[in-house]
Amino acid sequence: MSNVGIVIVSHSPDVAKGAADMVRQMVGEEVPLAWCGGNADGGLGTQVQDILDAIDRAWSEAGVAILVDLGGAETNSDMAIELLPEERRDRVVVCNAPVVEGAVVAATEASGGSPLAVVRATAEELSP
Amino acid sequence: MHIDEALRKRLIQTVAETVIAHAEDLTELDQAIGDGDHGLNMRRGFEAVLADRDKIAAQSLPKALHAVGMTLVMKVGGASGPLYGTLFMQLGKSIPDEPTLADATEALAAAFGAVKMRGKSDVGAKTMLDVIAPVLAALRDGADPRGLPALADAAAAATKPMRAVRGRASFLGDRSIGHIDPGARSTALILRAICDTLGAA
Repeated sequence: MSNVGIVIVSHSPDVAKGAADMVRQMVGEEVPLAWCGGNADGGLGTQVQDILDAIDRAWSEAGVAILVDLGGAETNSDMAIELLPEERRDRVVVCNAPVVEGAVVAATEASGGSPLAVVRATAEELSP
Repeated sequence: MHIDEALRKRLIQTVAETVIAHAEDLTELDQAIGDGDHGLNMRRGFEAVLADRDKIAAQSLPKALHAVGMTLVMKVGGASGPLYGTLFMQLGKSIPDEPTLADATEALAAAFGAVKMRGKSDVGAKTMLDVIAPVLAALRDGADPRGLPALADAAAAATKPMRAVRGRASFLGDRSIGHIDPGARSTALILRAICDTLGAA
């Protein structure tokens, strides 16, 4: 699939999965989508390896936009991007947008075939 | 200074055990202004480092530091993973096999810069940077390294009146004032463990 992929990263797996469910219902199957959340002990948190795996599942040649909830989700996502193979690194971005609304808006934009920069800009319009 | 395999083992052991022993204190600090997981996350990360102690210590000093950083990145599961991970990985990238104090100072300067970028933060924002900065300044002024642990403790305590502008604590605004930053505290603990081990070597 050549549409931009969407990754949802939340401290809570329930929030991440719920946001992903909303994207699927509102946008459909046209966009590669993956989510992750929670720490290794089953508590709240985010993990670099889970984010790397989610990027892989949502991978698209057009790139991947990541939506995050709070602090550590963003820092861990930045870290994950740096650990990607060089040819993928420049095609993954973290959007500065609210996680649920951002995911839906980014996925809607992505489903129309927009490039990564446009998908990101559209999601970031939600941030004041 | 020649930091041989036995000393690298002791460094890993002491730092990890110090963090693990203070996990509850760190969590308590984090419950006041963060999400209360700093101690648990740091313990998880340093337990993984401790489990790999021999494998990590068998590598050269730069590679060992990098391996500690990578383990923390993959295992901590909170913002402190990439932050401490970046600190150790950059130290590993910048330090030579047998560093002088001046080499160690410049490696810490590079690590300070890397953590600043990773956390998109700076001095005065109630973070670990508020401990690293004065330690770095003292090293550059040629201070006696034996005074560094006390300096770091004082620097961590000095985050108490600061207002957080990054991380979860920033949501509290002025209510973050009056509590020591847990990341500043863990940085001071780790520094003391390193200084004690090197001082006794």
